Amino acid sequence: MGAEPRSDLSTGLKPWHAIVSEALKRNEVRLVTYVPDRVLTPLIDSVHKDDFFTAFASTREEEALGIVTGAWMGGMRGAVLMQTSGFATLPNALASLAVPYQIPLLMFVSERGTLGEFNLGQALVCRTMRPVLDALGIENHTITRLDELDFIVDRSIKQAVATQAPCALILSPLLTGGKKFAH
Amino acid sequence: MDIASSAAHHANLKVTNRFELSQRLVALLTQGEAVIGGIGNTNFDLWAAGRRPENFYMLGSMGLACPIALGVALAQPKRRVIACEGDGSLLMQLGSLTTVATLAPKNLTIIVMDNGCYQITGAQKTTTAFSADIVGIALGAGIKEARWAADEAMFESLVRRALLEDGPQLIAARIDDKPAVATTERDPSLIRDRFMRGIGVKA
Ligand SMILES: Cc1ncc(C[n+]2csc(CCOP(=O)(O)OP(=O)(O)O)c2C)c(N)n1
Repeated sequence: MGAEPRSDLSTGLKPWHAIVSEALKRNEVRLVTYVPDRVLTPLIDSVHKDDFFTAFASTREEEALGIVTGAWMGGMRGAVLMQTSGFATLPNALASLAVPYQIPLLMFVSERGTLGEFNLGQALVCRTMRPVLDALGIENHTITRLDELDFIVDRSIKQAVATQAPCALILSPLLTGGKKFAH
Repeated sequence: MDIASSAAHHANLKVTNRFELSQRLVALLTQGEAVIGGIGNTNFDLWAAGRRPENFYMLGSMGLACPIALGVALAQPKRRVIACEGDGSLLMQLGSLTTVATLAPKNLTIIVMDNGCYQITGAQKTTTAFSADIVGIALGAGIKEARWAADEAMFESLVRRALLEDGPQLIAARIDDKPAVATTERDPSLIRDRFMRGIGVKA
């Protein structure tokens, strides 16, 4: 048995996915599009169930980035949910669209490739993520603690909008429980 | 190199011109329709056809005209939104046609300028010069209103229809291998700001 994610049982706080969806809602982020990841499933389920959100799968993360860009320019805030490997498909779209056009694109990345990864490819691709974010000067935070989650998400959305800049929030296995080792 | 298409789906289509069609498109826009121009020639000719604050000139993201247009269409369901895309660019992001078909925004139209090549990088053939039929692909993706414009007059009537009837719709036109007649001013944040003001998001 792998470790369970930190939950309301141990901390008195809501589960991570409820905290994220409430922060999105509070900040009027209505459009949520994703290429799925197992760990993101409860968040994806909760945005689909809530009529506040326009939630749907995109076929590629670049496509999702384009959709959120269009939505922002049309007056609707949006977020993209993805896995580490999905982020690795984005540098060109970030460098040609989100960064130069000053789009407050919110990216939630479920972090694979660390803290018990069983797939070598995931471990390698994970190592490209922070260098890419740093090279492009994109604000990013790795979130490990449930008690810091709301603060980081809420403040990061507000900063992204105020400064018209993309932002990546990396959801560590320490927060979500990650993906358990496949036996 | 011979870039003329021998593809069957191109057989009965007049070879039109991107700038000519872009001018005809812009002339038909009277209701503040938003237009998203694809990388390179597509947005260059859109720019040359007459600057409008409701046009978004996307400079370097190959394949993202349709996703951007979809985002605008979802955010502003009362405004008609048009993506102008090249065949090579659309081929790079074909999955986006299935997303458009699934979400089925009534206000979205995709126009594909099909020259059967990557004109701007040296006119290398795309797969539409062989077996790939853009309209067939769109129909297969679930976009029911997808048609070839056989000539300029039919292009105009398909655009008029797209502006009146529920979409999503796709109009594909066979064009020549000419480059665009001008180039866009390259200032991304200015382009974005003008567009947001043009579609009423900023005062
Ligand atoms: C991801 C990516 N790959 C390759 C390129 C280089 N590139 C720029 S425009 C272009 C061709 C676009 O072809 P198409 O959409 O058919 O338009 P056309 O030039 O024929 O008008 C290519 C390959 C790029 N900008 N981005």
